[in-house]
Amino acid sequence: MIDVQAVLDGNRLAISRLISQIENDTPEGQRALSELFSYTGKAHLIGVTGAPGTGKSTLVNQIAYHYRHPTNSSTPKTVAIVAVDPTSPFTGGALLGDRIRMTGLSGDLGVFIRSMATRGSLGGLANTTAGVVQAFDAAGYHVILIETVGAGQAEVDIARLAHTTLVVEAPGLGDDIQAIKAGILEIADILVVNKADRPGIESTERALRNMLQLADPQVRSEFKNSENGESLWETPIQCTIAIEGNGVTEVIDLISKHRVYLEKTGDLQRRERIRLETELTHRLQKLLITQWREQLSDGLFEKVLDRLLTREISPQEAVTQLMKGGSGE
Amino acid sequence: MSKEKIRVIIAKPGLDGHDRGAKVVARALRDAGMEVIYTGLRQTPEMIAEAALQEDAHAIGLSILSGAHMALVPRVLELLKSNKQENVKVFIGGIIPDEDVPRLLALGVEGVFGPGTSTQDIVNAIRSKVME
Repeated sequence: MIDVQAVLDGNRLAISRLISQIENDTPEGQRALSELFSYTGKAHLIGVTGAPGTGKSTLVNQIAYHYRHPTNSSTPKTVAIVAVDPTSPFTGGALLGDRIRMTGLSGDLGVFIRSMATRGSLGGLANTTAGVVQAFDAAGYHVILIETVGAGQAEVDIARLAHTTLVVEAPGLGDDIQAIKAGILEIADILVVNKADRPGIESTERALRNMLQLADPQVRSEFKNSENGESLWETPIQCTIAIEGNGVTEVIDLISKHRVYLEKTGDLQRRERIRLETELTHRLQKLLITQWREQLSDGLFEKVLDRLLTREISPQEAVTQLMKGGSGE
Repeated sequence: MSKEKIRVIIAKPGLDGHDRGAKVVARALRDAGMEVIYTGLRQTPEMIAEAALQEDAHAIGLSILSGAHMALVPRVLELLKSNKQENVKVFIGGIIPDEDVPRLLALGVEGVFGPGTSTQDIVNAIRSKVME
């Protein structure tokens, strides 16, 4: 049994057990999420993505630490961290190692770190990450940091989930053509160039800056920019040495600025709408296909599949036949 | 495959820096289809119990080569209990003198694996204890 009230009260064991139920996609987990939904929508969701080894976990650790120990007079914020690592496609197992970089946060009751395996999902997050984030949101965490798997070029799910997306780069990862390819750099609200003490930092920063200047500010991607024509957010570049904490206060300031921008332009609402639309569509698809399969007469699907296998009909024809409720014979 | 995965924390409490054994075990458990949360070196019992709480772990594997097991292990078990997580299975690996093994088992440790244990035995032991 899940104690929804305990989750709302911030009971850590209750939160932890609820997350397992969400990860395992159990009916109890779904029921609890449904009850908790009206309490969500308060947290600031910050995504952190980038190639493996750029220092995402170390940066997340530092950002969380700064929220807990603000340098100015603001009150500390509570922080939840969802750190995603890949599941082996062969064994279904996973090695989740992001906590190693986050030992500086241990012993702080205002921080909750949860590691997640992707469990077969390919977009850089697990299918259940959004649900886990909702649980933390309902439990009252002010800031939720979501660290994706070491992402290459196309793992952009995070942009649909987070309010503010940080893309972490490091020197020596590729030339300026990499920087103008579509994909991960496009989703950055803030570009962080980590390991700024490494050789090649100037050329990396220059390549990224050029990439941003090449971008047409009028191009309005699905994720960014307001519809009402107000000033567009210009993606800033911030250099950091996360391991020493250099540049991290500046990153926090940029995140706050981005939050203000989102609220002022109505982008926050827009992004929420896109996110909820995605969730609604996914849930509908799942339910509709299950129900449709249930009402299909026994063996029909397999029969159509057999005809497909012998090349009697095409996949396009098969779909048409199935929707008509026959095998097309 | 059932949707529920066995989640295991592999941690090295204490001050010795030899983590090869812990890594070998972590890799073997991963290859056996488990989700392994690797917390790394120099973990205090408090950090380990905190990780078990946040990760909703089924089991904890502690690698200890420093000889401090009789101080560290009871503390971990105590903390699990005070967190209402006494159902988490604790396993020990590393260098444990023979005479300490029964003492650890009496404390509530589920298994002690010394040098030379096959990784398959470790996988089997964790799986059967967690499934109990």
